Amino acid sequence: MAKRRVKFTFPQDLVTQSVIYDLGHKFRIVTNIRRADVRENMGWVILELEGTEEEIEHGLSWVTSVGVRIDPVSGDVVES
Amino acid sequence: MSYVKGLFCRECGREYPAEPLNVCDFCFGPLEVTYDYPAISRDISREEISKGPLSIWRYHHLLPADASNRIDLNAGFTPLIRSKNLARSLGLEELYLKNDSVNPTFSFKDRVVAVASTKALEFGFDTLACASTGNLAGSVAAHAARAGMRAFVFIPADLEYGKILGAAIYGPTVIAVDGSYDQVNRLCSELSDTYKWAFVNINMRPYYSEGSKTLGFEVAEQLGWRAPDNCVVPVASGSLFTKIWKGMREFSSLGLIGPVKTRMFAAQAMGCAPVVTAFDSHIFDIRPVRPNTVAKSLAIGNPADGYYALKVLEESKGYAWAVPEEEIVQGIKDLAEMEGIFTEPAGGVVVSALRHLVKSGRIKPSETTVAFITGNGYKTQEVVADVAKPVLIKPTIASFEEAVSVRR
Repeated sequence: MAKRRVKFTFPQDLVTQSVIYDLGHKFRIVTNIRRADVRENMGWVILELEGTEEEIEHGLSWVTSVGVRIDPVSGDVVES
Repeated sequence: MSYVKGLFCRECGREYPAEPLNVCDFCFGPLEVTYDYPAISRDISREEISKGPLSIWRYHHLLPADASNRIDLNAGFTPLIRSKNLARSLGLEELYLKNDSVNPTFSFKDRVVAVASTKALEFGFDTLACASTGNLAGSVAAHAARAGMRAFVFIPADLEYGKILGAAIYGPTVIAVDGSYDQVNRLCSELSDTYKWAFVNINMRPYYSEGSKTLGFEVAEQLGWRAPDNCVVPVASGSLFTKIWKGMREFSSLGLIGPVKTRMFAAQAMGCAPVVTAFDSHIFDIRPVRPNTVAKSLAIGNPADGYYALKVLEESKGYAWAVPEEEIVQGIKDLAEMEGIFTEPAGGVVVSALRHLVKSGRIKPSETTVAFITGNGYKTQEVVADVAKPVLIKPTIASFEEAVSVRR
Protein backbone atom coordinates (compact mmCIF):
# COMPACT_ATOMS: atom_id res chain seq x y z
CA MET A 1 0.00 0.00 0.00
CA ALA A 2 1.15 3.51 -0.78
CA LYS A 3 0.53 6.82 0.98
CA ARG A 4 0.36 10.24 -0.61
CA ARG A 5 0.05 13.69 1.04
CA VAL A 6 -1.74 16.23 -1.11
CA LYS A 7 -3.62 19.52 -1.05
CA PHE A 8 -6.94 19.85 -2.88
CA THR A 9 -8.15 23.34 -3.80
CA PHE A 10 -11.86 23.56 -4.66
CA PRO A 11 -13.29 26.30 -6.85
CA GLN A 12 -16.60 27.85 -5.81
CA ASP A 13 -18.80 25.54 -7.90
CA LEU A 14 -17.28 22.40 -6.35
CA VAL A 15 -17.35 23.47 -2.69
CA THR A 16 -20.68 21.71 -2.15
CA GLN A 17 -19.75 18.53 -4.05
CA SER A 18 -18.85 15.31 -2.25
CA VAL A 19 -15.53 14.92 -4.08
CA ILE A 20 -13.58 13.37 -1.19
CA TYR A 21 -16.34 10.86 -0.39
CA ASP A 22 -16.54 9.91 -4.07
CA LEU A 23 -12.76 9.54 -4.28
CA GLY A 24 -12.81 6.98 -1.46
CA HIS A 25 -15.88 5.24 -2.80
CA LYS A 26 -14.91 4.95 -6.47
CA PHE A 27 -11.24 4.10 -6.04
CA ARG A 28 -10.92 2.24 -2.73
CA ILE A 29 -8.68 4.95 -1.33
CA VAL A 30 -8.63 5.75 2.38
CA THR A 31 -8.82 9.55 2.79
CA ASN A 32 -7.52 11.10 6.01
CA ILE A 33 -8.08 14.86 6.36
CA ARG A 34 -5.50 16.72 8.47
CA ARG A 35 -6.28 20.39 7.85
CA ALA A 36 -8.95 22.25 5.90
CA ASP A 37 -10.57 25.60 5.34
CA VAL A 38 -13.83 25.55 3.41
CA ARG A 39 -15.82 28.71 2.70
CA GLU A 40 -18.73 29.50 0.45
CA ASN A 41 -16.57 30.70 -2.42
CA MET A 42 -13.54 28.37 -2.18
CA GLY A 43 -11.99 25.67 -0.06
CA TRP A 44 -8.79 23.75 0.49
CA VAL A 45 -8.20 20.43 2.19
CA ILE A 46 -4.86 18.88 3.13
CA LEU A 47 -5.16 15.13 3.36
CA GLU A 48 -3.35 11.81 3.20
CA LEU A 49 -4.42 9.15 0.73
CA GLU A 50 -3.75 5.47 1.27
CA GLY A 51 -4.23 2.79 -1.35
CA THR A 52 -2.40 1.01 -4.13
CA GLU A 53 -0.18 3.20 -6.33
CA GLU A 54 -2.49 2.47 -9.25
CA GLU A 55 -5.68 3.38 -7.39
CA ILE A 56 -4.14 6.60 -6.09
CA GLU A 57 -2.99 7.62 -9.59
CA HIS A 58 -6.41 6.87 -11.07
CA GLY A 59 -8.12 8.63 -8.20
CA LEU A 60 -6.01 11.77 -8.52
CA SER A 61 -6.60 11.87 -12.29
CA TRP A 62 -10.32 11.71 -11.61
CA VAL A 63 -10.13 14.49 -8.98
CA THR A 64 -8.28 16.68 -11.49
CA SER A 65 -10.83 15.88 -14.20
CA VAL A 66 -13.73 17.14 -12.07
CA GLY A 67 -11.96 20.50 -11.64
CA VAL A 68 -10.16 20.28 -8.30
CA ARG A 69 -6.54 21.51 -8.25
CA ILE A 70 -4.02 19.13 -6.67
CA ASP A 71 -0.71 20.32 -5.20
CA PRO A 72 1.99 18.88 -2.95
CA VAL A 73 1.37 19.85 0.70
CA SER A 74 4.63 21.78 0.66
CA GLY A 75 3.52 24.08 -2.18
CA ASP A 76 5.40 24.42 -5.47
CA VAL A 77 8.80 22.77 -5.27
CA VAL A 78 9.96 23.73 -8.77
CA GLU A 79 11.76 27.03 -8.24
CA SER A 80 13.70 29.22 -10.60
CA MET B 1 28.89 24.81 16.62
CA SER B 2 25.24 25.51 15.96
CA TYR B 3 22.62 26.93 18.32
CA VAL B 4 19.73 24.92 16.89
CA LYS B 5 17.28 23.48 19.41
CA GLY B 6 15.05 21.64 16.98
CA LEU B 7 12.07 22.14 14.70
CA PHE B 8 8.52 23.22 15.42
CA CYS B 9 5.32 23.18 13.38
CA ARG B 10 4.21 26.66 12.33
CA GLU B 11 0.58 25.52 12.40
CA CYS B 12 0.08 23.29 15.45
CA GLY B 13 3.29 24.03 17.39
CA ARG B 14 4.41 20.39 17.75
CA GLU B 15 8.13 20.02 18.29
CA TYR B 16 10.55 17.77 16.43
CA PRO B 17 14.27 17.05 16.66
CA ALA B 18 16.55 18.76 14.13
CA GLU B 19 16.25 16.19 11.36
CA PRO B 20 15.69 16.33 7.59
CA LEU B 21 11.93 16.95 7.88
CA ASN B 22 9.83 19.68 6.33
CA VAL B 23 6.22 18.95 7.32
CA CYS B 24 4.55 18.08 10.60
CA ASP B 25 3.49 14.43 10.74
CA PHE B 26 0.30 15.40 12.52
CA CYS B 27 -1.16 18.32 10.56
CA PHE B 28 1.21 18.46 7.56
CA GLY B 29 2.03 22.07 8.45
CA PRO B 30 5.48 23.48 7.59
CA LEU B 31 8.33 23.12 10.09
CA GLU B 32 10.66 25.89 11.21
CA VAL B 33 13.98 25.89 13.07
CA THR B 34 14.10 26.94 16.71
CA TYR B 35 17.25 28.28 18.36
CA ASP B 36 18.68 28.59 21.83
CA TYR B 37 18.33 32.38 21.89
CA PRO B 38 19.63 32.88 25.45
CA ALA B 39 22.89 31.15 24.46
CA ILE B 40 23.09 33.17 21.24
CA SER B 41 22.49 36.33 23.22
CA ARG B 42 25.49 35.53 25.42
CA ASP B 43 27.83 34.91 22.47
CA ILE B 44 26.77 37.33 19.74
CA SER B 45 27.73 41.00 19.49
CA ARG B 46 28.39 43.57 16.77
CA GLU B 47 32.12 43.13 17.39
CA GLU B 48 31.88 39.34 17.15
CA ILE B 49 29.99 39.60 13.84
CA SER B 50 32.46 42.17 12.49
CA LYS B 51 35.33 39.76 13.09
CA GLY B 52 33.66 37.10 10.91
CA PRO B 53 34.23 36.35 7.23
CA LEU B 54 32.77 38.65 4.56
CA SER B 55 30.02 36.15 3.73
CA ILE B 56 26.76 34.86 5.21
CA TRP B 57 28.81 32.88 7.73
CA ARG B 58 29.62 36.01 9.75
CA TYR B 59 26.08 35.45 11.11
CA HIS B 60 26.68 31.78 11.94
CA HIS B 61 25.12 32.15 15.42
CA LEU B 62 21.73 32.59 13.74
CA LEU B 63 22.13 29.95 11.03
CA PRO B 64 21.08 26.32 11.50
CA ALA B 65 24.30 24.68 10.28
CA ASP B 66 27.77 24.22 11.71
CA ALA B 67 29.93 26.94 10.16
CA SER B 68 33.17 25.10 10.91
CA ASN B 69 32.31 22.53 8.21
CA ARG B 70 30.63 24.89 5.81
CA ILE B 71 30.31 24.49 2.05
CA ASP B 72 31.62 27.90 1.20
CA LEU B 73 31.59 29.67 -2.15
CA ASN B 74 31.57 33.01 -0.31
CA ALA B 75 27.86 33.62 -0.67
CA GLY B 76 26.57 36.88 0.72
CA PHE B 77 27.92 40.16 2.03
CA THR B 78 26.97 41.63 -1.31
CA PRO B 79 27.10 45.42 -1.93
CA LEU B 80 24.48 47.75 -0.49
CA ILE B 81 24.73 50.61 -2.94
CA ARG B 82 23.45 54.13 -2.27
CA SER B 83 21.39 54.99 -5.34
CA LYS B 84 21.95 58.38 -6.98
CA ASN B 85 20.28 58.51 -10.36
CA LEU B 86 17.34 56.17 -9.75
CA ALA B 87 16.73 57.85 -6.38
CA ARG B 88 16.74 61.26 -8.08
CA SER B 89 14.34 60.10 -10.79
CA LEU B 90 11.99 58.79 -8.10
CA GLY B 91 12.41 61.79 -5.81
CA LEU B 92 13.84 59.69 -2.97
CA GLU B 93 16.46 61.08 -0.63
CA GLU B 94 17.79 57.80 0.69
CA LEU B 95 17.45 54.77 -1.56
CA TYR B 96 19.74 51.74 -1.35
CA LEU B 97 20.06 48.84 -3.75
CA LYS B 98 20.96 45.49 -2.21
CA ASN B 99 22.75 43.94 -5.15
CA ASP B 100 22.48 40.18 -4.65
CA SER B 101 23.00 39.52 -8.35
CA VAL B 102 26.75 39.33 -7.67
CA ASN B 103 26.66 36.17 -5.57
CA PRO B 104 28.86 33.21 -6.67
CA THR B 105 26.20 31.82 -9.04
CA PHE B 106 24.58 35.23 -9.57
CA SER B 107 21.46 35.07 -7.42
CA PHE B 108 20.36 35.15 -3.78
CA LYS B 109 19.84 31.38 -3.95
CA ASP B 110 23.48 30.92 -2.97
CA ARG B 111 22.58 32.07 0.54
CA VAL B 112 19.95 29.38 1.05
CA VAL B 113 21.82 26.62 -0.76
CA ALA B 114 25.02 27.32 1.21
CA VAL B 115 23.07 26.62 4.40
CA ALA B 116 21.13 23.64 2.98
CA SER B 117 24.23 21.97 1.52
CA THR B 118 26.21 22.43 4.74
CA LYS B 119 23.34 20.95 6.73
CA ALA B 120 22.95 18.09 4.22
CA LEU B 121 26.58 17.07 4.72
CA GLU B 122 26.08 17.36 8.48
CA PHE B 123 23.15 14.91 8.19
CA GLY B 124 25.34 12.51 6.19
CA PHE B 125 23.67 12.90 2.78
CA ASP B 126 25.86 12.28 -0.25
CA THR B 127 23.42 13.68 -2.84
CA LEU B 128 22.05 17.18 -3.26
CA ALA B 129 18.92 17.62 -5.40
CA CYS B 130 16.34 20.16 -6.50
CA ALA B 131 13.67 20.86 -9.09
CA SER B 132 14.41 24.11 -10.83
CA THR B 133 14.07 26.19 -13.95
CA GLY B 134 17.16 28.32 -13.36
CA ASN B 135 18.86 30.02 -10.42
CA LEU B 136 18.35 27.29 -7.84
CA ALA B 137 19.71 24.60 -10.18
CA GLY B 138 22.94 26.52 -10.73
CA SER B 139 23.46 27.12 -7.05
CA VAL B 140 22.76 23.50 -6.06
CA ALA B 141 25.08 22.15 -8.75
CA ALA B 142 27.88 24.55 -7.80
CA HIS B 143 27.65 23.85 -4.07
CA ALA B 144 27.52 20.09 -4.70
CA ALA B 145 30.65 20.39 -6.82
CA ARG B 146 32.40 22.33 -4.06
CA ALA B 147 31.31 19.77 -1.46
CA GLY B 148 32.20 16.74 -3.58
CA MET B 149 28.56 15.62 -3.46
CA ARG B 150 26.48 14.05 -6.21
CA ALA B 151 23.84 16.37 -7.67
CA PHE B 152 20.52 15.73 -9.38
CA VAL B 153 18.63 18.57 -10.98
CA PHE B 154 15.08 18.04 -12.24
CA ILE B 155 13.72 20.31 -14.95
CA PRO B 156 10.48 20.41 -16.94
CA ALA B 157 11.21 18.76 -20.33
CA ASP B 158 10.02 21.77 -22.31
CA LEU B 159 12.55 24.11 -20.64
CA GLU B 160 15.03 25.62 -23.10
CA TYR B 161 18.33 23.84 -22.52
CA GLY B 162 20.14 27.18 -22.61
CA LYS B 163 18.44 27.96 -19.31
CA ILE B 164 20.00 24.96 -17.62
CA LEU B 165 23.51 25.55 -18.93
CA GLY B 166 24.38 27.55 -15.82
CA ALA B 167 23.78 24.39 -13.80
CA ALA B 168 24.98 21.73 -16.25
CA ILE B 169 28.49 23.19 -16.32
CA TYR B 170 29.04 22.10 -12.71
CA GLY B 171 28.42 18.45 -13.66
CA PRO B 172 25.10 17.45 -12.06
CA THR B 173 22.80 14.83 -13.57
CA VAL B 174 20.06 16.84 -15.27
CA ILE B 175 16.72 15.02 -15.52
CA ALA B 176 14.13 16.43 -17.92
CA VAL B 177 10.64 15.44 -16.78
CA ASP B 178 8.06 14.96 -19.53
CA GLY B 179 4.92 16.34 -17.91
CA SER B 180 3.03 19.45 -16.92
CA TYR B 181 4.47 21.88 -14.39
CA ASP B 182 2.09 20.49 -11.74
CA GLN B 183 3.17 16.92 -12.47
CA VAL B 184 6.84 17.88 -12.12
CA ASN B 185 6.02 19.48 -8.77
CA ARG B 186 4.25 16.37 -7.56
CA LEU B 187 6.90 13.95 -8.83
CA CYS B 188 9.74 15.80 -7.11
CA SER B 189 7.77 15.99 -3.91
CA GLU B 190 7.25 12.20 -4.05
CA LEU B 191 10.88 11.51 -4.97
CA SER B 192 11.96 13.23 -1.78
CA ASP B 193 9.92 10.67 0.17
CA THR B 194 11.45 7.77 -1.74
CA TYR B 195 15.13 8.65 -2.12
CA LYS B 196 17.49 9.38 0.73
CA TRP B 197 18.72 12.58 -0.89
CA ALA B 198 18.83 16.13 0.33
CA PHE B 199 16.25 17.98 -1.76
CA VAL B 200 17.24 21.49 -0.77
CA ASN B 201 13.79 23.07 -0.80
CA ILE B 202 11.79 19.99 0.22
CA ASN B 203 13.18 17.86 3.05
CA MET B 204 15.89 20.48 3.78
CA ARG B 205 13.49 23.42 3.52
CA PRO B 206 13.44 24.50 7.20
CA TYR B 207 17.25 24.92 7.10
CA TYR B 208 17.43 26.17 3.51
CA SER B 209 14.99 29.03 4.03
CA GLU B 210 16.89 30.32 7.09
CA GLY B 211 19.72 31.35 4.74
CA SER B 212 17.55 34.20 3.45
CA LYS B 213 17.64 35.87 6.89
CA THR B 214 21.19 36.92 6.10
CA LEU B 215 19.82 39.51 3.65
CA GLY B 216 18.06 41.17 6.58
CA PHE B 217 21.17 40.90 8.77
CA GLU B 218 23.43 42.38 6.11
CA VAL B 219 21.20 45.31 5.27
CA ALA B 220 20.95 46.20 8.97
CA GLU B 221 24.72 45.94 9.45
CA GLN B 222 25.56 47.80 6.23
CA LEU B 223 23.19 50.63 7.15
CA GLY B 224 25.21 51.14 10.34
CA TRP B 225 23.27 48.75 12.59
CA ARG B 226 19.75 49.91 11.91
CA ALA B 227 16.71 48.64 10.04
CA PRO B 228 15.46 50.65 7.07
CA ASP B 229 12.03 52.29 6.97
CA ASN B 230 11.00 50.30 3.89
CA CYS B 231 12.03 47.08 2.15
CA VAL B 232 10.83 46.36 -1.38
CA VAL B 233 11.21 42.64 -2.00
CA PRO B 234 10.29 40.34 -4.91
CA VAL B 235 7.89 37.56 -3.88
CA ALA B 236 7.84 34.06 -5.37
CA SER B 237 7.37 31.38 -2.68
CA GLY B 238 7.20 34.14 -0.05
CA SER B 239 10.11 32.64 1.89
CA LEU B 240 12.64 35.40 1.13
CA PHE B 241 10.09 38.05 2.11
CA THR B 242 9.31 36.48 5.49
CA LYS B 243 12.94 35.70 6.29
CA ILE B 244 14.25 39.22 5.65
CA TRP B 245 11.66 40.36 8.18
CA LYS B 246 12.59 37.56 10.59
CA GLY B 247 16.30 38.41 10.27
CA MET B 248 15.80 42.05 11.22
CA ARG B 249 13.51 41.09 14.09
CA GLU B 250 16.05 38.60 15.43
CA PHE B 251 18.75 41.27 15.35
CA SER B 252 16.44 43.58 17.26
CA SER B 253 15.44 41.02 19.88
CA LEU B 254 19.14 40.30 20.50
CA GLY B 255 19.82 44.01 21.00
CA LEU B 256 22.04 44.35 17.92
CA ILE B 257 19.74 47.00 16.44
CA GLY B 258 16.87 49.08 17.80
CA PRO B 259 13.17 48.34 17.35
CA VAL B 260 12.21 47.32 13.79
CA LYS B 261 9.62 49.67 12.34
CA THR B 262 10.26 48.59 8.77
CA ARG B 263 7.36 48.33 6.38
CA MET B 264 7.67 45.33 4.07
CA PHE B 265 6.52 45.83 0.48
CA ALA B 266 5.88 42.73 -1.66
CA ALA B 267 6.45 42.99 -5.41
CA GLN B 268 4.99 40.45 -7.83
CA ALA B 269 4.41 40.37 -11.58
CA MET B 270 0.82 40.66 -12.71
CA GLY B 271 1.15 37.35 -14.57
CA CYS B 272 1.70 35.52 -11.28
CA ALA B 273 0.44 37.47 -8.28
CA PRO B 274 -1.33 35.11 -5.84
CA VAL B 275 -0.01 36.97 -2.78
CA VAL B 276 -1.04 40.39 -4.10
CA THR B 277 -4.48 39.07 -5.04
CA ALA B 278 -5.05 37.70 -1.52
CA PHE B 279 -3.72 40.93 0.02
CA ASP B 280 -6.05 43.05 -2.12
CA SER B 281 -8.98 40.79 -1.16
CA HIS B 282 -8.14 41.09 2.57
CA ILE B 283 -7.96 37.30 2.93
CA PHE B 284 -5.22 34.98 4.13
CA ASP B 285 -6.03 32.13 1.74
CA ILE B 286 -3.84 31.93 -1.30
CA ARG B 287 -5.66 30.84 -4.43
CA PRO B 288 -3.13 29.01 -6.62
CA VAL B 289 -2.72 30.47 -10.11
CA ARG B 290 -1.17 29.31 -13.37
CA PRO B 291 1.83 31.58 -13.92
CA ASN B 292 2.08 33.53 -17.16
CA THR B 293 4.84 36.06 -16.67
CA VAL B 294 8.21 37.04 -18.14
CA ALA B 295 9.51 37.08 -14.56
CA LYS B 296 10.21 33.33 -14.54
CA SER B 297 12.03 33.44 -11.21
CA LEU B 298 8.81 34.71 -9.59
CA ALA B 299 6.55 32.19 -11.37
CA ILE B 300 5.35 30.22 -8.37
CA GLY B 301 1.60 29.77 -8.63
CA ASN B 302 1.16 27.98 -5.31
CA PRO B 303 3.60 29.70 -2.94
CA ALA B 304 4.63 27.61 0.06
CA ASP B 305 5.01 30.67 2.29
CA GLY B 306 2.29 32.82 0.76
CA TYR B 307 0.19 32.76 3.92
CA TYR B 308 3.15 33.78 6.07
CA ALA B 309 4.06 36.56 3.63
CA LEU B 310 0.53 37.92 4.10
CA LYS B 311 1.04 37.80 7.87
CA VAL B 312 4.27 39.83 7.54
CA LEU B 313 2.48 42.34 5.33
CA GLU B 314 -0.12 42.77 8.05
CA GLU B 315 2.35 42.87 10.94
CA SER B 316 4.70 45.36 9.26
CA LYS B 317 1.86 47.51 7.90
CA GLY B 318 3.27 46.92 4.44
CA TYR B 319 1.69 46.76 1.04
CA ALA B 320 1.69 44.43 -1.96
CA TRP B 321 1.75 45.49 -5.57
CA ALA B 322 1.59 43.57 -8.86
CA VAL B 323 3.56 45.15 -11.69
CA PRO B 324 1.96 45.07 -15.15
CA GLU B 325 3.95 42.74 -17.41
CA GLU B 326 4.81 45.55 -19.85
CA GLU B 327 6.53 47.55 -17.07
CA ILE B 328 8.93 44.78 -16.04
CA VAL B 329 11.43 45.27 -18.85
CA GLN B 330 11.37 49.03 -18.28
CA GLY B 331 12.36 48.37 -14.67
CA ILE B 332 15.34 46.30 -15.84
CA LYS B 333 16.41 49.08 -18.23
CA ASP B 334 15.98 51.80 -15.59
CA LEU B 335 18.29 49.98 -13.19
CA ALA B 336 20.88 49.27 -15.87
CA GLU B 337 20.86 52.76 -17.40
CA MET B 338 20.68 54.71 -14.14
CA GLU B 339 22.74 52.59 -11.76
CA GLY B 340 24.86 50.24 -13.87
CA ILE B 341 23.23 47.09 -12.49
CA PHE B 342 21.94 44.49 -14.95
CA THR B 343 19.20 42.49 -13.27
CA GLU B 344 16.85 39.71 -14.30
CA PRO B 345 13.07 40.35 -14.57
CA ALA B 346 12.54 39.90 -10.79
CA GLY B 347 14.70 43.02 -10.31
CA GLY B 348 12.66 44.80 -12.96
CA VAL B 349 9.55 43.94 -10.95
CA VAL B 350 11.11 45.47 -7.83
CA VAL B 351 12.17 48.69 -9.56
CA SER B 352 8.79 49.16 -11.26
CA ALA B 353 6.95 48.37 -8.03
CA LEU B 354 9.14 50.89 -6.20
CA ARG B 355 8.25 53.54 -8.77
CA HIS B 356 4.55 52.87 -8.19
CA LEU B 357 4.91 52.85 -4.39
CA VAL B 358 6.63 56.24 -4.43
CA LYS B 359 4.20 57.74 -6.92
CA SER B 360 1.22 56.57 -4.88
CA GLY B 361 2.70 58.06 -1.71
CA ARG B 362 3.15 54.77 0.14
CA ILE B 363 6.89 55.36 0.30
CA LYS B 364 7.87 58.88 1.38
CA PRO B 365 10.88 60.77 -0.06
CA SER B 366 12.63 61.25 3.29
CA GLU B 367 12.45 57.59 4.34
CA THR B 368 15.27 55.06 4.12
CA THR B 369 14.28 52.52 1.49
CA VAL B 370 16.05 49.34 0.38
CA ALA B 371 15.22 47.63 -2.91
CA PHE B 372 16.32 43.99 -3.14
CA ILE B 373 17.87 42.97 -6.47
CA THR B 374 18.06 39.20 -6.26
CA GLY B 375 19.26 37.91 -9.64
CA ASN B 376 21.52 38.72 -12.58
CA GLY B 377 20.38 39.90 -15.99
CA TYR B 378 23.05 37.96 -17.90
CA LYS B 379 20.93 34.84 -17.32
CA THR B 380 17.82 36.27 -18.98
CA GLN B 381 19.22 38.35 -21.82
CA GLU B 382 16.40 37.35 -24.17
CA VAL B 383 13.89 39.62 -22.40
CA VAL B 384 15.89 42.75 -23.28
CA ALA B 385 17.29 41.61 -26.62
CA ASP B 386 15.86 44.71 -28.35
CA VAL B 387 18.49 47.00 -26.79
CA ALA B 388 21.29 45.46 -28.87
CA LYS B 389 21.18 47.82 -31.87
CA PRO B 390 24.77 48.79 -32.63
CA VAL B 391 25.47 51.69 -35.00
CA LEU B 392 27.22 50.17 -38.02
CA ILE B 393 30.01 52.27 -39.59
CA LYS B 394 32.94 51.87 -41.94
CA PRO B 395 36.43 51.99 -40.33
CA THR B 396 36.87 55.71 -41.06
CA ILE B 397 36.46 58.87 -39.03
CA ALA B 398 34.16 60.28 -41.70
CA SER B 399 31.82 57.34 -41.44
CA PHE B 400 31.81 57.59 -37.67
CA GLU B 401 31.00 61.30 -37.74
CA GLU B 402 28.30 60.76 -40.33
CA ALA B 403 26.62 58.16 -38.17
CA VAL B 404 27.04 59.80 -34.78
CA SER B 405 26.81 63.47 -34.06
CA VAL B 406 28.93 64.07 -30.96
CA ARG B 407 31.14 66.96 -29.89
CA ARG B 408 34.90 66.42 -30.14
